[in-house]
Amino acid sequence: MFQMNRGKGVRMKPAFMWKLWLLLCVSVFALGGCAASSAVDQAKNENQNDSSSAGKEGDVVKVGILHSLSGTMAISEVSLRDAELMAIEEINASGGLLSKKIEPVVEDGASDWPTFAEKAKKLLQKDQVAAIFGGWTSASRKAMLPVVEQNHGLLWYPVQYEGMESSPNIFYTGATTNQQIVPAVSWLLKNRGKTFFLLGSDYVFPRTANKIIKAQLKAEGGQVVGEEYTPLGHTDYSTIISKIKQVKPAVVFNTLNGDSNVAFFKQLKDAGITPKDVTVMSVSIAEEEIRGIGPDVLAGHLAVWNYFQTTDTPENKAFVQKYKEKYGQDRVTDDPIEAAYTAVHLWAEAVKKAGSFDVDQVKKAAAGLEYKAPEGTVKIDGETQHLWKTVRIGEIQADGQFKELWNSGQPVKPDPYLKSYPWAKGLSE
Amino acid sequence: MVNKRWGYWLFFAALFLAPFYLTEFRLSLLGKFLCFAIVAVGISLIWGYTGILSLGHGVYFGLGAYCMAMYLKLEASRGHLPDFMEWSGVRELPWFWKPFAHPMVAIAAAIALPTLLAALLSYLTFKNRIKGVYFSLLSQAVVVVFVTLFIGKQEWTGGTNGLTNFSTVFGFSLSSPLTQIVLYWLTTACLALIFVAARRLTSGRLGKVLIAIRDAENRVRFLGFNPTVYKVFVYSLSAAFAGVAGALFVLQVGLISPEMMGIIPSIEMVLWAAVGGRQSLMGAIIGAIVMNTAKSFLSENYPDLWLLLLGALFVVVVLLVPKGLAGIYESLVAVRIKAKRGHEREARVDVS
Repeated sequence: MFQMNRGKGVRMKPAFMWKLWLLLCVSVFALGGCAASSAVDQAKNENQNDSSSAGKEGDVVKVGILHSLSGTMAISEVSLRDAELMAIEEINASGGLLSKKIEPVVEDGASDWPTFAEKAKKLLQKDQVAAIFGGWTSASRKAMLPVVEQNHGLLWYPVQYEGMESSPNIFYTGATTNQQIVPAVSWLLKNRGKTFFLLGSDYVFPRTANKIIKAQLKAEGGQVVGEEYTPLGHTDYSTIISKIKQVKPAVVFNTLNGDSNVAFFKQLKDAGITPKDVTVMSVSIAEEEIRGIGPDVLAGHLAVWNYFQTTDTPENKAFVQKYKEKYGQDRVTDDPIEAAYTAVHLWAEAVKKAGSFDVDQVKKAAAGLEYKAPEGTVKIDGETQHLWKTVRIGEIQADGQFKELWNSGQPVKPDPYLKSYPWAKGLSE
Repeated sequence: MVNKRWGYWLFFAALFLAPFYLTEFRLSLLGKFLCFAIVAVGISLIWGYTGILSLGHGVYFGLGAYCMAMYLKLEASRGHLPDFMEWSGVRELPWFWKPFAHPMVAIAAAIALPTLLAALLSYLTFKNRIKGVYFSLLSQAVVVVFVTLFIGKQEWTGGTNGLTNFSTVFGFSLSSPLTQIVLYWLTTACLALIFVAARRLTSGRLGKVLIAIRDAENRVRFLGFNPTVYKVFVYSLSAAFAGVAGALFVLQVGLISPEMMGIIPSIEMVLWAAVGGRQSLMGAIIGAIVMNTAKSFLSENYPDLWLLLLGALFVVVVLLVPKGLAGIYESLVAVRIKAKRGHEREARVDVS
């Protein structure tokens, strides 16, 4: 009986064996992953405790690189990662920092804001990085902000944004509003006309930017003749374009983001509106985006930045050449890419000056630090931790590059809360 | 059955003891996953047991989270206007924000608001006998409506950035590890309670009616039951679970934005239950934990490839084990029972 049972009862079907295998694989995978990473964490922590200067032991120092490598933002953010890795490579090639090699730890923010918070926490707590370079959207920065403040980390954020922020643990290497939007509006009023049509994607940056523009127009004698928001990814602009046709503004101030720009500019051209009729001033279209939208529909329209690939400095020539050699001749550089590259070098300079990787000492050393970036000389403002930057307005050419029409001549002092503009009083307290 | 109960005890004991064997960072991740597990229990109740596929649970999760976040934001602002209101040109705190200064109001609202919204929505639809795929589509529409509303009303909700940058809860610093451990335990306790309640519910008479509704709603109606009442009840209950999960999520992650109540997270919630086994409450919990652990683990180790790997994992599970991880366990048990029965039969043959 016993033997019979063995033979018959516990025979398993092949399909079932399969499932068993699968369960085994999945559970080993999940549990193994969890336990292993936890064990590794612990082992690492112990090591670090021994050597006391966590994350900086031996002859390497870790830095975090946290951009969206997947999801909707990947198309923009991958280039920033490339630029930052290139800067790290340069520093390592010239002997590293305080005789240590920089080791980048790359994480994917996945265009998802809690993921940015999670990965920032991981970089600071587990890898104990000396600095994080990352973010693009304001939402991702807002998600990382409490994490870097609580863990006393250092975040370098490389994209122009809507201002109204100044965290002691963040350095902002992109423009704030008074280095991009405000001078652009003044220039347009002087050179293109008084009537403005505001068009933007429906999220924080365009809404805040337009509040500022409206206050400024009111003070400087301009007029808003229309204000429209479309959801991110929106592609039908026929209604809005017929409105533009109706009210005939001198300027369309465009804060659309991403794919929507492709649809908007194509439909604008199809509707027979040329840059001669209406000037479109964009704040989110750089060389990288022009490549995606197509220079033929954009030619003649304007954009405002702090850097163009055509900006004429010796540092920029070397930077563009190196970037193209490394990542391909078809690649272009643009403002956020340059700001990300500059961020790494600024951090390195501050570390050298401080003689330490300690966050407080690096911050202290960074105040007032000057650096010859591809965009020209920039200076870290100690009070706001933003950069002094030169403002540039450019016209898009048929080859996808910018021709600079105007620049501010010298770096403009960052003023994220617009304290020096009386008309902005109601906007910030 | 006795074995199973032991398994549950062991599982929850392991969760409770996690602070002693996980690092601070891993613990915070696990705490987040347990919030998702609470949502998954609710999904399993409505989808696995009652046959209602809701693709809109992100809204209930989000509402619960926003209620809690409003309290946290007010506490962090210390009597001033929240920062995003200041730069959006709001001069005074809107009336509906004011009650959220009291934590108890916020907690009550985090449960009540999602429940009420779900009750209203489900009453109107189920009463008119809208079900199946039409209900799923409707639930998606609700997601779109809410996300658009929350983004559009930047001066009230913080827009796409959402609410973030909190400092304290009940006066305890959110960044202190001890607070995080207490919050983790609170989450585990909530999950255990909700699990036990859901099990009680499904193993009794109510559970039988729910399954009957799933399998043949008209027959249930002809037998004299009113399926609408049952469906509205169970749907609202699962929304309440999602609200609780949202509130706990905000406390631990410190962030809520419209993105997290959108269509993709809503569908993800259904995936957790599907992977774990939607007809098993424990399966749904395990599914939520396994899927999210896999997501974190893969994205940490393969930042360039992780989406493909995660997708492959999901496809494999759905193709080979359509009943989810719980299905594997059940077929294991089935084989053992079969073996046992064969054993007994042979024994009987021997006797005769």
